[in-house]
Amino acid sequence: MLHHIEVSVDEQLSLSSKFKKNLNIALIVGVLLFTVGVLFAMFGGHGHEVAEASEGSHGHGPSFMMRIWAVLWQNAIFFTGISAMGLFFVCVQYVAWAGWSSVLKRIPEAMGAFIPVGGAIIVVIFLANYFLGHHDLLFHWLHHGIMEKGSENYDSIIAGKAAWLNLPFYLGRMIAFFGLWYFVWSKIRSYSLQEDLTGGESFYHKSGYLSAVFIIIFAVTTPMAAWDWIMSIDTHWFSTMFGWYVFASWWVTGLSTICLICVFLKENGYLKAMNMNHFHDLGKFMFAFSIFWTYIWFSQFLLIFYANLPEETVYFIDRIRGFDGKYTFLLFFNLFINFAFPFLALMTRDAKRQLSMLKVVTIAIIIGHWFDFYLMIMPGTTKGTSDLGLIELGTAISFGTLFIMVVTNSLTKAKLIPANHPFLKEAIQHNI
Amino acid sequence: MSVSKHFILGVFDDEDVLMHGVHDIRNLGVKIQEVFTPYPIHGLDENLGYKRSRLPMAAFLFGLTGCTLALSMMISMNGIDWPMNVGGKPNASIPNFIPITFEGTVLFAAFGMVGTFFVSSGLAPWSKPVIFDKRSTDDKFIVAIDLSKNKLSKDELSQILMSHGATEVNEKEL
Repeated sequence: MLHHIEVSVDEQLSLSSKFKKNLNIALIVGVLLFTVGVLFAMFGGHGHEVAEASEGSHGHGPSFMMRIWAVLWQNAIFFTGISAMGLFFVCVQYVAWAGWSSVLKRIPEAMGAFIPVGGAIIVVIFLANYFLGHHDLLFHWLHHGIMEKGSENYDSIIAGKAAWLNLPFYLGRMIAFFGLWYFVWSKIRSYSLQEDLTGGESFYHKSGYLSAVFIIIFAVTTPMAAWDWIMSIDTHWFSTMFGWYVFASWWVTGLSTICLICVFLKENGYLKAMNMNHFHDLGKFMFAFSIFWTYIWFSQFLLIFYANLPEETVYFIDRIRGFDGKYTFLLFFNLFINFAFPFLALMTRDAKRQLSMLKVVTIAIIIGHWFDFYLMIMPGTTKGTSDLGLIELGTAISFGTLFIMVVTNSLTKAKLIPANHPFLKEAIQHNI
Repeated sequence: MSVSKHFILGVFDDEDVLMHGVHDIRNLGVKIQEVFTPYPIHGLDENLGYKRSRLPMAAFLFGLTGCTLALSMMISMNGIDWPMNVGGKPNASIPNFIPITFEGTVLFAAFGMVGTFFVSSGLAPWSKPVIFDKRSTDDKFIVAIDLSKNKLSKDELSQILMSHGATEVNEKEL
């Protein structure tokens, strides 16, 4: 650019009381929809039919309660993953010595604030399911006596996995993951806030070292989290690609969430120092990682399809034509909205530099990957009794609103642009 | 060449002076033919008012060609011309073909794009590139102005170039 760009970087987000009110209303609506959905499922005809039908064939088929456990689990995993990806994004930018992203750094940083909330919710849902959901356990390996020889539930394959899939170790890992992520997030956040006050380069370098360490921690913990929280639902089944697959899904959703929040802030007059070049870069990120997700999805599919081993194909048979083709449409819809749509819509330079286009694509990606997680979790837990109705809508709205509440609250607690970030000047001059 | 072209070359020492110079010279209504720099300068294309390259469109079309060719080749060979049972899969089994389709797309897009770029920027093997001033590969920035495309005289143009920071002004006839 020709002329030196002078913009104010002193911005503080203040939430209007109307916005806060709307969030509260959204949360109430979400919970209400969920409750009404549950009541319908309990006393309405549909839920009973499905439950009875499956009970007839299996004896102890999953009831409509399973649908509730599963949808709670799905949303908790989905939104917590997004918030962890906010932290991961910040760390990647530090390690890459990236300058351009410093102007929007506070948004992914604020997303990390949901890690402890989501983590607590996940632990609570897991424990509640373990203690209350006797016939509706989310995880096959939690069933009573499944690892005890001589028990009528005994399953030798699952018993062989007892070293990894046992309650103390599982719960310990889960809490350790959230603890580690939260610890790193609070460190990075406190460095960032101290940098705002005192300036200098020391906090940048401290954050850089911590980020490098965290990326290694994260590379090990996310696949494990994916095995634990999602893959172990189908306890017999395994895929070495699964960890990366879940990571890719979380990551592209996280990037879309960052972009969507930036679009909303920009439209409301904030982030004046952020220009279309930054959005272009975020758009490229989403474009690239939509393709990356598809690459991982397809690599997992192709290996299983080609090898044709029954213990592996069962996962895709459930989704392609199992349960009377219940998930067939969703499987192809998943590929369309998470690959074909962002691929074609974000291909041109102009599309990535238009807020309205970015808004449409980010929302599509976020919804698309919500369905991606739906597809990962539902067939294994509910055995085809899952549905898309008020329960799912209400849960998604409630979790989404809670996420927005925590993130916007965190955004208001610091300046919207880190004024003393050593690379901020580079970010303001960013031109591609 | 049948018709000789007459160029005025302004030699600049500094990137910043060049950027402002190019901007101001164009504002005076002077048409600049080309600027030669030792390294890419961000925003110079914008300053020169260049239109966006259509290379991405070429890349897309080449990619589409590669995609179609690879898919139709495999379907016609394995599905129609010489059906074979491999692992009990259908003869024309699309999932099996995806990796090669992807490779074909990338190969065609990459080679097609490089080839298009070389030809359209005059770097084809048979072309003789015009070097206005050898120092533009070292440390000087050269602004080339085509005399026939400007109404101003030679002296006026050199005056403008000098007043906007050029350290010397040369002429070149092709």
